[in-house]
Amino acid sequence: MLNKKSSKDRLKSEINAGSMADIAFLLLIFFLVTTTIDVDKGISIKLPPWSEDDVQAETLKLKTRNVFSVLVNANNQMLVRGELADVANVRERAKEFIANPSKRDDLSESPRSAIISLKNDRGTNYKTYLMVYNELKAAYSELWDDKAQAKFGKPYGDDLTDAQKKQVRDEIPFILSEAEPTAFGEE
Amino acid sequence: MGKFSKKGGKADPEVSTASLPDIIFMLLFFFMVTTVMRTSELMVSVSVPEATELTKLEKKSLVNYIYIGRPMERYESEFGTAPRIQLGNKFGTDKDIPLFLEAHRAKVSERERGLIYSSIRADGEVTMGIVSDIKTALRKAGQLKINYSARARAKDL
Repeated sequence: MLNKKSSKDRLKSEINAGSMADIAFLLLIFFLVTTTIDVDKGISIKLPPWSEDDVQAETLKLKTRNVFSVLVNANNQMLVRGELADVANVRERAKEFIANPSKRDDLSESPRSAIISLKNDRGTNYKTYLMVYNELKAAYSELWDDKAQAKFGKPYGDDLTDAQKKQVRDEIPFILSEAEPTAFGEE
Repeated sequence: MGKFSKKGGKADPEVSTASLPDIIFMLLFFFMVTTVMRTSELMVSVSVPEATELTKLEKKSLVNYIYIGRPMERYESEFGTAPRIQLGNKFGTDKDIPLFLEAHRAKVSERERGLIYSSIRADGEVTMGIVSDIKTALRKAGQLKINYSARARAKDL
């Protein structure tokens, strides 16, 4: 009698789910510890393909007015078109140079023929270099924004179709040429 | 009157904890989905510079990482204090880059190989010399899509 009753009890008994929460907590903590949340963001660029003969670049003659030369030296000083400049106003100057709204004859003929030339020393700080690069890229993206706003009434971004983006980029192509750095000031 | 007398009988009903595992599981799945495993231990100290023109790297499997910075304290005796390159989970030089890229490329399906990005995670204080060497090595290896890793900058210059 007694025996039978206890076996009936055993049949009824369920698996205790009380520890389920603990197991899940353990897993949760494991994932919290082993994972990184930092997202991968950065300035994406496309490098020019490697060619053994650098002579090709030398033979290309450019009009001085179409070149916006930026030099950053090992002391992190900047020279824009031959004169000392500050990072803070590079963006405005680059924009003016590319678009040339007042048709000055010392700025680029058209956005298509504008070339930005960036050169640095081997001793230049990476932070400074990236800051300058960022400003030059920002100048282009602001111009793209203006262009897209004028043409399609929307800022340059995900609202535009790929074809529209291409159209904007065709009118103001991003041309940035980087020279081999001069071996100066490396630690 | 009868209604009030019932009160004594139903003393302290407990809050059911049966749904607690479900809540925890939900959190667990959230973290599992939104996070990425730390693939390699950082052996150089890297604090990436700030920038505004950022693009997000979408697919992690299509990105390989090149770290540049000074070796961490525990590696100083072996590798010195000058900035070094870390490829995967070991120190390397720019000469090891082609092999490193090839090893990553082999893991990616053929039609996605053109979309591979090299993420350069360099410390802000390193000089451009070492970065240029890497850029040259990448160009020689035909890896032209690169991304200078940076944090978002809130304020203007």
